[in-house]
Amino acid sequence: MPELPWRLEKRASPSRIMRVSAPVIAVLAMVATGFVLFALMGKDPVNALDLFFIQPLNTPYGWGELLLKATPLALCALGLAVSFRANVWNIGAEGQLTLGAICGGGVALFWGPQLGALALPATLLAGIVGGAAWAAIPALLRTRFNTSEILVSLMLVYIAQLLLAYLLHGAWRDPEGFNFPQSKAFDDALILPLIMQGQRATIAFPLMLGLAGLSWVFSSRLFVGYRMRVSGDAPAAAAYAGFSETRSVWLALLIGGGAAGLAGICEVAGPIGRLQSDISPGYGFAAIIVAIVGRLQPAGILLAALLMSLLYLGGESVQLGLQLPAAVTGLFQGLLLFYLLAADLFVGFRLRRVADPAVLPA
Amino acid sequence: MNADVYLSILTGTVVSATPLIYAALGELVVERAGVLNLGVEGMMIVGALAAFAVGVASGSLMVGYLAAIGASMLLALLFAVLTVTLQANQVATGLALTLFGLGLSAFAGRRFAGLPIEGIGALPLPWLRDLPVVGPLLFRFDAAVYGSIALYVLVDWVLSRTRVGLLLRAVGESPAIAHALGQPVTQTRYLAVLFGGAASGVGGAYLSTALTPMWVEGMSAGRGWIALALVVFATWKPLRILMGAYLFGGVTILQLHAQGLGLHIPSEILSMLPYAATIMVLVVICRDPKIILLNQPASLGRSFHPDA
Repeated sequence: MPELPWRLEKRASPSRIMRVSAPVIAVLAMVATGFVLFALMGKDPVNALDLFFIQPLNTPYGWGELLLKATPLALCALGLAVSFRANVWNIGAEGQLTLGAICGGGVALFWGPQLGALALPATLLAGIVGGAAWAAIPALLRTRFNTSEILVSLMLVYIAQLLLAYLLHGAWRDPEGFNFPQSKAFDDALILPLIMQGQRATIAFPLMLGLAGLSWVFSSRLFVGYRMRVSGDAPAAAAYAGFSETRSVWLALLIGGGAAGLAGICEVAGPIGRLQSDISPGYGFAAIIVAIVGRLQPAGILLAALLMSLLYLGGESVQLGLQLPAAVTGLFQGLLLFYLLAADLFVGFRLRRVADPAVLPA
Repeated sequence: MNADVYLSILTGTVVSATPLIYAALGELVVERAGVLNLGVEGMMIVGALAAFAVGVASGSLMVGYLAAIGASMLLALLFAVLTVTLQANQVATGLALTLFGLGLSAFAGRRFAGLPIEGIGALPLPWLRDLPVVGPLLFRFDAAVYGSIALYVLVDWVLSRTRVGLLLRAVGESPAIAHALGQPVTQTRYLAVLFGGAASGVGGAYLSTALTPMWVEGMSAGRGWIALALVVFATWKPLRILMGAYLFGGVTILQLHAQGLGLHIPSEILSMLPYAATIMVLVVICRDPKIILLNQPASLGRSFHPDA
């Protein structure tokens, strides 16, 4: 390989400045790429970026949409962050979200009227239990049969989506719904109240903020959170200290699944108002990016979720305004994660100029 | 039930196994070099779009396949730069590659949805194709099917019988020792990752030009992940990739024929079969930790920096 005048050199200790600034650099690089991309597509890039990042937030309704879409993203990502910190790679949040919607939706549809005032809490609880139960499958298979939680949790996404489609084409279909694959609308009493009139964000948002606080306490103040972090960072040390890996894997997946399940039921018992076949534009997958870009920390995750939510709004905005495909959202999401992973290099390494590469040992 | 149905089940099995064979053999080579690339799904879907788009534009499927190989290799190169040179976490980078590939293909593929394409045709094998029984069974496939068998023979031979294969396996087992012996660890890993990208690209191209000759957003439908599971199922051995892929192809095809066979199971439940089967075979293989420990490349998923 040709010698370059620059060399990567390991830092004595990871740079704290870079740890904080890498996500900012990644966002700037993403916006710059967007500028080039829009220009290449023959649009005025300044106008397009304005339409993508600024216009969606010009109205109170837009801010409501921002909080609305940030809520499931942050909920899933908070749960995933607990997992990732324990080095448990749950990538099936999308499936756990779907099961949360199915279980919570089942309670709302079939027992809603009988439960009276308890109906809404029972619906939310069923959502959490459904998501956690779906995540219990990879937990059981990993701890009992040594099977990769990455592949199992991902396969379960497809199975969950097919299960939802099966229910909506059969037993749960609204008989008066003109054969659309959707359930009856939930009772009004089972829909989460709005934060404010004139927008669509529900009380799921403050609920999520409370859980973000709880997750900080769990990870930074409780011994169980500490044990899970050690299991993730240094499995050998954790084993030596007698921390159970099995317990850590189970907790990581149950918490991640429960949070994703809550996100799912808050969507169907919120802005959607019924079960239907498309309940999420990939929130569970985008949450992986939110968790990593947010540095697995609650505050970072909240910011990253707002940004990711804005990417969804921006995609819709340029679709309406410039007839660009809304799928530009997915492209930006992927780019953001790539740029972050690249920028992260400089947390542990730095570039050093080499006067004469030839004298360096190879 | 007649012979034609059995024949179409058997040939359908081979056809639906073919994209899995390409992607899984590619990932096998990557993992034998000690690199875990979870971006197979992303590389496949970009390959599928590139083959379709360029195939339609140029009117030549050959050019389309070359475009698929090129596009997927570009993604693989991105992965290699990040993980092999820049030491980024392989799991996170692989996930990024998949999410990026799905986003990129959905964005760039919007214009190609619903367009027709002339699918890849059977290879003209005069005389052979007219043989009784074996003719329709073995000699009426397209070139990519025979190519997948050839790729298996090549990968098996290179891995087990050549110096290059020995180097690749040494790098996967212990990059530090290979480096100490003066072997080019970084270059070997780069080439392995690029090979994996090319193979995934062909697998993806097969989806949009042969299996279902059209472009649909997200049409890979988890096949990249099933290919990753196949590598574990195969305990990192090429022959078992071939067997595993045909097993999965069989499950997929039986699901399509189930209604005709008189099974009254809803189609959504049948469509779960390949995914449920993936989980089940993983459990069967992984439940004995010794099988995994003995067969998995020792450095799988770990970065190696020659200066560290």
